[in-house]
Amino acid sequence: MASTEPAVVCSGLVRRYGERRALDGIDLTLGQGQTLVVFGPNGAGKTTLLRVLATLLRPSEGDASLLGSDLRKEGWKVRSKVGFLGHQSLCYGDLTARENLRYHARLHGVSDPAARIEALLEQARLSDRGDERVFGYSRGMLQRLAICRAVLHEPELLLLDEPRSNLDPAAIEQVEPLIGAAEGRTRVIASHDPAGGLAEADLVLGLRSGAAILLEPAAQVTTDQIGELYR
Amino acid sequence: MSAARPPSTLSAARAVLYKELTLERRAPQTLTAMALFCASAFVIFHFALGRDAIEGALASGVLWVTLTLAALLGIGRSFVADREEGGLDGFLLAPAPRTALLIAKATTLFIFLLIVGVLAALLFSVLLLGPTPSASQWASIALLIVLADLGIALVGTLIAGIAIQTRARDLITSILALPLLIPLLIAVTKASEPLLSVGGGTLAWRWLALLGLYDLIFGLLAYALFDYLVED
Repeated sequence: MASTEPAVVCSGLVRRYGERRALDGIDLTLGQGQTLVVFGPNGAGKTTLLRVLATLLRPSEGDASLLGSDLRKEGWKVRSKVGFLGHQSLCYGDLTARENLRYHARLHGVSDPAARIEALLEQARLSDRGDERVFGYSRGMLQRLAICRAVLHEPELLLLDEPRSNLDPAAIEQVEPLIGAAEGRTRVIASHDPAGGLAEADLVLGLRSGAAILLEPAAQVTTDQIGELYR
Repeated sequence: MSAARPPSTLSAARAVLYKELTLERRAPQTLTAMALFCASAFVIFHFALGRDAIEGALASGVLWVTLTLAALLGIGRSFVADREEGGLDGFLLAPAPRTALLIAKATTLFIFLLIVGVLAALLFSVLLLGPTPSASQWASIALLIVLADLGIALVGTLIAGIAIQTRARDLITSILALPLLIPLLIAVTKASEPLLSVGGGTLAWRWLALLGLYDLIFGLLAYALFDYLVED
């Protein structure tokens, strides 16, 4: 049963680190099944926005709701519906890929974790090396494993921070079914790739110094406009 | 879409505990460091005190100060892998109750402290202790180790939870943990003193009761505060 409720609603969202406003009054609404791509130079607030939406950081001011749940009051409800892929893999180097995924599956209460883990490792072409400790993995392999971890519990909303970084073209194709646009899957993606990001966006958010200076449907945005954000 | 159901506190705690023990088994750092510290401290005391054997209050003080300082090493290491490899974020992203992390971390530290406590007590009896405790005295010492280690594990996990959110983590651990452990140290050294004396003595129940009360209070405090400490 499809809900018409927006997947993400932010209203005057502020996040401060001391005196500095890393997010400065963000207002946005993202429909279910849509993709929001966030652009902006380093330090613009992209990662902070994703971490706030993932409940890893509390908003300093303003409100946000994800899939109908208030982020401040019902963070625990949101967590089971959100998959977060950040700059770190969140996997332990001294555990194998399978052990890492099993650990996260238990924390998320995944039913039939063994089958889910094998399917994901197969999809990410990591099955053969799934019993090796992760500290020996290349950056690309680690990124593929991190993607498996992020989608392990089949979240409705994906929060992806530069998800294709460190991946070669073949690997990007392999993980596409896991993090690409799929029916009913809502995504918020932080990107530095204007053309690639625009191609998969329904909505574009441009950040600079924490403020939203561009918020338009992707069809109305050009790569030049995005390029302007970085100048 | 999702085929997942939030885990119970116990189930999540078991997952974290299994992970902690696996990590220590693969790369034994904490236990090794704690055990080596105890052995080195006993050797130093042996020469610094200029005696072949000690007993009574001095023996009790040497044993428990050494164990407490070794515990600080364990407390300082308890969130290192989580901090360096993003494991804390990994836990916080899950719909698992935060208490599970407290239970698992405190249990891990408790297990490490028990192992080190037993090894250290044996080593201490060989290297420094004058009198030979009887079987019942050894049983009393074992009971004290269990109660004291439980308190240290609870306080240590609480402090480690605070320290991980700060930049001066190592300093915070020592600065906060030692004053909080003073009542526990007083109780356990007083309780141990007659057991390590020439002629021997019995366990004073009032110190045992104090240790139990300490564990209860800090168990409740840790349970009440831990959620707020680990979250942003």
